[in-house]
Amino acid sequence: MNSHRSNILFAWLLLLPALLYVLAIVAWPLAATVNLSFTDAALKKTVNWVGWDNYIKIFHAGFGTIIVRTFVWTFFSVLFKMIIGTCGALLLTIALPGRTIFRVLTLMPWIVPMAIGIFMWGWMYNGQFGMISGLLQRFGITDGPVAFLAYGSTAFWATIMTDVWIGTPMVTFYFLAAIQSIPKDLYEAAWVDGASRFYRFRRITLPLMVPAILTMSMISLISTFNSFDIIWILTHGGPSGETTTMIIDTYKTAIGSYKYGEGSARAVLVAICLGAFCFFYFRVINRLTAGGNK
Amino acid sequence: MIDKFRWYEKIGIYFGIFVFLFFIMGPFIEGFLVSLKPLSLLFSSPYHFWPENGSFDAYFTIWTTVPLLWRYMINGIFVAAVATIVALALIIPAAYALSRIEFPGRGAILSGFMFVNMFYGAVLIIPLYRLMRTFGVLNTYLAMIIPGVAFLLATGIWLLRAYLMRIPKELEEAAYVDGASRLYILRRIILPLAGPGVLVVAMYCFLTVYSQQFIFALTFNSKSEYMPLSVGLFAFFGRQEVAWNELMAASFVGVAPVLIVFVFLQRYLVAGLTAGAVKE
Repeated sequence: MNSHRSNILFAWLLLLPALLYVLAIVAWPLAATVNLSFTDAALKKTVNWVGWDNYIKIFHAGFGTIIVRTFVWTFFSVLFKMIIGTCGALLLTIALPGRTIFRVLTLMPWIVPMAIGIFMWGWMYNGQFGMISGLLQRFGITDGPVAFLAYGSTAFWATIMTDVWIGTPMVTFYFLAAIQSIPKDLYEAAWVDGASRFYRFRRITLPLMVPAILTMSMISLISTFNSFDIIWILTHGGPSGETTTMIIDTYKTAIGSYKYGEGSARAVLVAICLGAFCFFYFRVINRLTAGGNK
Repeated sequence: MIDKFRWYEKIGIYFGIFVFLFFIMGPFIEGFLVSLKPLSLLFSSPYHFWPENGSFDAYFTIWTTVPLLWRYMINGIFVAAVATIVALALIIPAAYALSRIEFPGRGAILSGFMFVNMFYGAVLIIPLYRLMRTFGVLNTYLAMIIPGVAFLLATGIWLLRAYLMRIPKELEEAAYVDGASRLYILRRIILPLAGPGVLVVAMYCFLTVYSQQFIFALTFNSKSEYMPLSVGLFAFFGRQEVAWNELMAASFVGVAPVLIVFVFLQRYLVAGLTAGAVKE
């Protein structure tokens, strides 16, 4: 094509609107958050520069526990999404009658507004009137009602389960795509050689799904780490802070107690933790996939 | 042909699908059963799974319990639709530039957009609130649309770029030799070919705003006549004395239009999410 320079100019012209938009709505607020995190901004007229005070205060307030809890919560949520997503994708790949309707149903948690789905989960977790506790009692697994959201340990897993539920459709369909992109002749060749179904799964499907699993776990990790609605609607971070993740803690401090400065410092730490983790994870992925393709 | 499943294997598969779908549909089944139960049965122990003397009454009384239900439904669809159109207007040119033109800094911009995806909701909410106040758009549709669009761009650009990369370069080179302008090529050659890709990105944008961007509508708008479905019903769910059966009914009625449309569009969604997403 003709002159290189006008091509470059044209490219930037096309990119400009999107770039400006992101700069105004994401980059600028981000810079403002960092700036706020060094001040004591709150519900008062004056704003003072306080240096690293907010950050020092946070670590004296037992923030370490919250960081660890956030990573544990995220780890198990992503792990379950990957496992359930893989199972779902394998099941929905099989050409049996009803496949289309099963696929449509799988999309449901994604299409229905999250808040509404979460409220239905909230009702299910109810100890007195909810389905889970009710069925557990009916089948004699538990003696009395179990109020899942009332105790720290059960609330922790209940919020994870709901997060898994919301993330599952996306993961399942991404893996479905990965499975479909595997050339059919590989399976036929293996079948001709007498490989069993399980062997074909283990030696063809699974290895070829690895790149998709790694990519999806990264995408899923980011959204899970930032997950807010589920915990907020189900438990507000309770009982006694047992489901308070970094995002919930940030929101509570900033919006709940109007401590904008401290809240911003927490928001910055969320970004740093996630950024650092993604950076290392990305490098691991690159190394693994580069090794696998050779 | 590859070996068939034996009958007991088929039973196993259907059982697996049943368990998987029970997990997916569980809350909706529960919600639907709740919507059929009269309140007295709802709040009674022990638990009744099946709605004895259940009825569809709640589906008729919701229109008085939630008088703005129509409004919420339309708001939700309207906000998502406008955000989708604005987002597409920004995504299409950017994705085209990032997929078809070689220029220095391309890789950096692509990773930059990925980086944007890491910040969401609560992290940016304080400055965003101030920004919306400065724009003077708090408590309007724009307070939900403006921030909503920003968080669609990164994924949208990545999805569409992956799709555009598959269109052979020879097509536009031929048009270029024939003297077509760049804009003409984008409009008359690339866009029609990228139709399915654009449709998928549009569906992605619509669904994200419609079902996942709860926090903006919750924080930046307090007028009930502008509330989208999720926030509008949230206001009811938060109350002390909740008529759960009616609210479950309102939820089902509220999502029905979008659900029906997406049932028809689902094969494009499935095909589109699969295209380019995995192997490039």
